[in-house]
Amino acid sequence: MKTPTKKPPRPARVGVGDRVALGLLATKSRPLRSLLSACGIAIGIAALVAVMGMATSQKADLMSQLNSLGTNLLSVTPGQGALGGTATLPAEAPAMINHLGTVEVAASTYVVEGRVYKTDRVPSAQTSGVSIRAADLPLLETLRTEVAQGRWLDSTSPAGPVVVLGSKAAKRLGVDHVLDTTTGGGVSIFLAGQWFAVIGILEPVILAPELDSYALIGLPAARAIVAAVDDVPVDQAEVPPTSIYTRVLDGYVEQTRDLLPRTASPESPLDVRVTRPSEALAAQAATDASLKALSFGLGAVGLGVGGIGIVNVMLIAVLERRREIGVRRALGATRRAIRGQFLIESIVLAAMGGILGVGIGMGASLAYATSQEWGRTVPWTAIVLGLGASLLIGALAGAYPATRAARVSPTEALRTT
Amino acid sequence: MTRTMAPPTSEPVVTPPADLTPLSVRTMAAPTPSPTSPNADLAPALELREVTKVYGSAKGAQVRALDGVTLTIERGEAVGIVGPSGSGKSTLLNIMGTLDRPSSGQVFVSGWEVSKLRDDAVAAIRARSIGFVFQQFFLLDNRSAVDNVADGLLYAGIGRSERRRRALSALGRVGLSHRASHKPNELSGGECQRVAIARALVHDPDILLADEPTGNLDSATGEGILDLFASLHESGSTIAVITHDPTVARRFTRVISLWDGKIESGGER
Repeated sequence: MKTPTKKPPRPARVGVGDRVALGLLATKSRPLRSLLSACGIAIGIAALVAVMGMATSQKADLMSQLNSLGTNLLSVTPGQGALGGTATLPAEAPAMINHLGTVEVAASTYVVEGRVYKTDRVPSAQTSGVSIRAADLPLLETLRTEVAQGRWLDSTSPAGPVVVLGSKAAKRLGVDHVLDTTTGGGVSIFLAGQWFAVIGILEPVILAPELDSYALIGLPAARAIVAAVDDVPVDQAEVPPTSIYTRVLDGYVEQTRDLLPRTASPESPLDVRVTRPSEALAAQAATDASLKALSFGLGAVGLGVGGIGIVNVMLIAVLERRREIGVRRALGATRRAIRGQFLIESIVLAAMGGILGVGIGMGASLAYATSQEWGRTVPWTAIVLGLGASLLIGALAGAYPATRAARVSPTEALRTT
Repeated sequence: MTRTMAPPTSEPVVTPPADLTPLSVRTMAAPTPSPTSPNADLAPALELREVTKVYGSAKGAQVRALDGVTLTIERGEAVGIVGPSGSGKSTLLNIMGTLDRPSSGQVFVSGWEVSKLRDDAVAAIRARSIGFVFQQFFLLDNRSAVDNVADGLLYAGIGRSERRRRALSALGRVGLSHRASHKPNELSGGECQRVAIARALVHDPDILLADEPTGNLDSATGEGILDLFASLHESGSTIAVITHDPTVARRFTRVISLWDGKIESGGER
């Protein structure tokens, strides 16, 4: 008898294409089950992609908004007065600020006491939620905003009883159209005991949302009102500034920010508050981050549940396909080849879920972006992360069932009973 | 159709009732070890030396499924292994097919001593040297005949198109070229078994092991399968058919008879 001297054979490797084909085979032969078991992953990935997509769109929108509105606006307002109540800024503050070399343009609003009603029939005990402010003429230019309809205050009718309403103020007063100069038809409102023609309604002011609920009149008209109430000559009427919107030369924002309190109120600079509205906008976007974290959590839970679902389905598949495992072992499959086959099946399942989820998530995110009139941004990071996460989960979920499959004894599996 | 009629074996097979033997049955004659045989100088296709398989724990009840089995199957032989149920046939098949390891003794497949090899090396031996045919065919339901056959080459590291080409040729050898794209549920039992045989021989194994290959077939179809084995044997394949059925065993000139885990007769030629 010849003694064996041959080297033991090495198992041939199953090619990558063949392995993927094997993984797809099981999925194709049970499409409904595969789809259902991929659903958990799909939901998880959809949530993640949608949230990330929405966040990306929102951020892109905010960036373009900030780009057009500029980040060089500073808003000067009275701080908490020592005595509480309505603190005001010195009357000279606007002029002082305008003199600063780094200030491009500045415009103020001024407090005017009084109430605003749609008509003179409204009982005076009732309030309308609309405040009166006088405004400097360059206000819109400073805030880079516009009227939605009509026109802004101008010097051609400085003392005329005309008013421009903020967007919310117009809604509260029920004003939806403005004075038509050609026909003379239009709406007047009853403001501080006088009739004012509404000549314009503002767009929502993004950098100064407080303006939305104001009725804005010219400074001369404001002086006339105050003079009448206080019974003083018009040139002595006090109309204290409340907010000074200051557009600063780019690159001098921080420097100017430090200078502004002393410029506005040399005597009590601590009572002056300087804010940068663009920062508030960015902060608003940042508060959405907690919502984002919550949705991320939901997505992660979805992925976890989906992963467990895949573990379950794969364990069932191993039980059901013991015979196939036995046959493949008899055909020369190594344990490793069997493990690889089931692992890839699991990854294929999860990847199906991932692709489905990315599709749903993108759809949701684009639909939301459209509804918010944001630009459509394709969240590539979210797509790559989503698909990567699904592959990883597939591998994790498949590991245990695949090991079980590799442990199936071929003689048991092939036993004829 | 009678091509070869070997004389009845002188060794007693498990009491075959003489009247059941059809006259026109081809038997698989033992090959005359001719000097022209290309395999003459190679190791036997399969060799078992003193193989014992004991089931059960050391403490508990032990079952000696195989007890000191020694047998050699040379290349080009066709052997029937016969024995009643419980005689250790299945255990013998599993050990011959390297799906199981003996408790003691040695198993050689084409000269490789299987008991010394790691599990994946043994799998590699199965992938190139052994072909299995099962009673219940064990085809994959959702794959066509040609794909089922091609799977017989999957673990031998052969590329997809070559697998397909060889699978079609193997289907030709079993006479099923025209059914290549049919799925198992569209094929008759006999056709399924032919597909399974094609899968077992597609990688040109050193030995074809068949476990009750006609057990699920009616007798006429079973005869067809046995005829197929006969013609495969004529063209050089080494075949071992395990059966409890003496009429099947009678088709082989060499019959190894198993009783109670021991070789009763036919272990050595």
